[in-house]
Amino acid sequence: MKEKLVLVGNGMAGIRTLEELLKLAPEKYEITVFGAEPYPNYNRILLSPVLTGEKRFEEIILNDDTWYAGHDITLHKGKKVVEIDRRQRRVLAEGGTTASYDRLLLATGSNPFLLPVPGKDLPGVVAFRDLWDVEVMLTAARQCRHAVVIGGGLLGLEAANGLMKQGMKVTVVHLPDLLMERQLDAASARMLKKSLEERGLQFVLNGATKEIIGKKSVQGVVLEDGRELTADLVVMAVGIRPNIELAKKAGLYCERGVLVSDTMQSYDPRIYAVGECVQHRGQTYGLVAPLFEQAKVCANHLAHYGIARYEGSVISTKLKVTGIDLFSAGDFTGDDSTEEIVLQDVGRGMYKKVVLKDNRIRGAVMYGDTLDGTWYFQMMRDGTDVSNLRDKLLFGQAHLGDAGHGDIKSRVASMPDTAEICGCNGVCKGTIVKAITDKKLFTLEEVRAHTKASSSCGSCTGLVENLLAATLGGDYSTAPKKKPLCPCTEHTHDDIRAVIRDQKLKSIRAVMEKMEWKTPDGCNKCRPALNFYLLVAWPGEYVDDNQSRFINERVHANIQKDGTYSVVPRIWGGETTPAELRALAEIAEKYSVPTVHITGGQRIDFLGVPKETLPAMWGDLSKAGFVSGHAYGKAIRTVKTCVGKTWCRFGTQDSTTMGIDLEKMTWGSWTPHKFKLAVSGCPRNCAEATIKDFGVVCVDSGYELHVGGNGGVKVRATDFLCAVKAPEEVMEYCAAFLQAYREEAHYLERTAPWVERVGLAYVKQRVVEDGVGRRALAERFRYSQKFAQIDPWAERANGAERHEFVPLKMVG
Amino acid sequence: MQTMTKKQMNEWTEVGKLIDIPRQGARVVRTRDGDIAVFRTADDQVFALRDRCPHKGGPLSQGIVHGHKVACPLHDWKIHLDTGLAMAPDEGCAARFPVRVLDGHVFLSLEPDEGCPNR
Repeated sequence: MKEKLVLVGNGMAGIRTLEELLKLAPEKYEITVFGAEPYPNYNRILLSPVLTGEKRFEEIILNDDTWYAGHDITLHKGKKVVEIDRRQRRVLAEGGTTASYDRLLLATGSNPFLLPVPGKDLPGVVAFRDLWDVEVMLTAARQCRHAVVIGGGLLGLEAANGLMKQGMKVTVVHLPDLLMERQLDAASARMLKKSLEERGLQFVLNGATKEIIGKKSVQGVVLEDGRELTADLVVMAVGIRPNIELAKKAGLYCERGVLVSDTMQSYDPRIYAVGECVQHRGQTYGLVAPLFEQAKVCANHLAHYGIARYEGSVISTKLKVTGIDLFSAGDFTGDDSTEEIVLQDVGRGMYKKVVLKDNRIRGAVMYGDTLDGTWYFQMMRDGTDVSNLRDKLLFGQAHLGDAGHGDIKSRVASMPDTAEICGCNGVCKGTIVKAITDKKLFTLEEVRAHTKASSSCGSCTGLVENLLAATLGGDYSTAPKKKPLCPCTEHTHDDIRAVIRDQKLKSIRAVMEKMEWKTPDGCNKCRPALNFYLLVAWPGEYVDDNQSRFINERVHANIQKDGTYSVVPRIWGGETTPAELRALAEIAEKYSVPTVHITGGQRIDFLGVPKETLPAMWGDLSKAGFVSGHAYGKAIRTVKTCVGKTWCRFGTQDSTTMGIDLEKMTWGSWTPHKFKLAVSGCPRNCAEATIKDFGVVCVDSGYELHVGGNGGVKVRATDFLCAVKAPEEVMEYCAAFLQAYREEAHYLERTAPWVERVGLAYVKQRVVEDGVGRRALAERFRYSQKFAQIDPWAERANGAERHEFVPLKMVG
Repeated sequence: MQTMTKKQMNEWTEVGKLIDIPRQGARVVRTRDGDIAVFRTADDQVFALRDRCPHKGGPLSQGIVHGHKVACPLHDWKIHLDTGLAMAPDEGCAARFPVRVLDGHVFLSLEPDEGCPNR
């Protein structure tokens, strides 16, 4: 027999939990839902647009009656649960409906707080909490003229704006001297007030309500200072309180909210709670993103998976008043230990402030231009070192050379539905918006799964996030604070690497067992990462797991769209000879290679080689003296050079020999992502060394070393690391930089984002300032190279891994 | 895997030994009607699918096998090995071929199951 699950509260958090649960264990429970409101589950965030008339109620329904029926869920609408009998495991609702449970989920949300002033119970006094309130306000707006909103916070301003849009004359009474004082600092609060006043709202700041007056219904509001404001409607929006009445009555431990553990359980282990009614680690939450994170964890435990933990959320706020852009996150006030970077342009109505501590973002407030809110928020949660970005930080991500998307927000808004957002997967704006609304998507990951938009190269991520924000009203959830390596684990890249090292784990199986992997043998995201981490941690000891490598690295060639492969032999430093070229030409002809192409890294590419032909072709290449160019791997790719002082009249050093030496030292090494090098013979930089992972620019006095550049999707010029005098130093610094990157970057993180994440100062400290550390890093690199510099092509030409290259059987 | 009653022994073709297929890997059986990918999972189960991803025709035999799924090497669609169906929200399928293991030898039916257009 199925277990019985009862949900009290038919709102967003509770239903989201059921949705997550149905994904994990659709057959586990017989489910009953009680909702106090007479409606199906709707998107409470979008009440503001319903009030302004921008949306109709039907448009904000998330789950209609057919959804409940389709999942065999019994829904009691309009029935408020009044008692939980924990001994009998039964709930009792108004009107006598009962339901027994094996597990109970409380999602009772919150109640608006009503000021205890005389007159608060008069007809015409409402809160702004549910659809009923909205209906009262809309009716009032049709019949009356004057409204007073008590409370100038997020909710109050949205209500005031809505009523004004409906034609009412609205005054906002706010006790503090700044609007939205919990989200804004003085400068941005004043800008907000000014722009709302221009739209027609009136404000009484420092305004304390003494009494609400009226005979049969509301007629006015009297303030402590004696002023009297005319009002036919009073909206109280002074805050919300977790609705814990029911839980308290049942004897569950409550403080401000129902106390829950990291598994979302209350003090009664059969009773779970999620959403606004919950107090977790001292915090209560009223925004949708944390509620959804809680829902996911709770569902995991209800499904008896028992692995997820909720560790609290960092939140950000946006105001949903059309035409006013406002963003706030984290600690935006700061203290003695913090610094502020401020950009203010009153003329354009724009203000940005970022609060930093130790070069990491602690909080941000933005007004007028909030495009980069999600970017700051991401860096804040990741603890990104922004020392390199400081001078550009407030100008936004678009100024960092982000594939030329420019002013994303206005572009997204003005785009027609047919405009292509994701160039890789050909997804247009209309498709994304439709998926968000029809399939009720709330996160970037969900949009990626359903539409593929931004799931490939990721350069349109900002556009997609903006579409999500615009479609959902700017309150959608982004990734959790600590990003696990993949869905098979709760652990981060860094945690996993540390455990591999400290616990001396030496196989993928051992890591998965020790770190309690959720899947039996991982997935195609975590296995290649673990394989790499083990390879770096235990050079010469760990045996590479071929089955955990992507096909290109498994067969040492690059798969093409038709299933054939490309072959790129190594040409050291890009310098070759007629004899080598002749040998290559003969091999290309012998195997009827359909296309021969010169690559961007100064190599020759044979395209269209069938898999079975690879070993024979490699045998011939081997005989002619060629080894694999690793053009297929997360590995050292090429060292691009110019001819240097041997020929060039501007050359200052022998850049070609330097390039060849670097390539001989580094080839064969596996790296977190592809790694490209270049050596230019003079600052004219013909080898384009300043968009490489490691670039050398020769100067008269020696060599300038540059790191962390790349071309590709997101062009990034290198950071200058240091200048050195002798070629041997170039080798040592290069080896040390490479090894630090190999040991510390996340798998599939190129040097550019790695350097940005850890900060150039850190890289300099490790590679430049700490001489002993540098030599140790270089030594570890050279040691690991002993086992890496074995040509995989020659091995396979001689019969290794034969099963990869021949069919199991030919039939017929 | 099919039972003997459904398919007679003469409809099965021996294609090789189980140990010829790497664990968490696949081998290709080449037929006149196209390639069939024969997978061996970590728990030593064997599955066979048309070696053609429903998305853009990628060779599934070249993908990373994890659990009872394979990730297509071209665009990372995940295909369920037991049904041939693409993992939601993607839609499509690769035809399933009956396969069985007897005394360490792998037998394959060259006639795909009904129901999937991508035969």
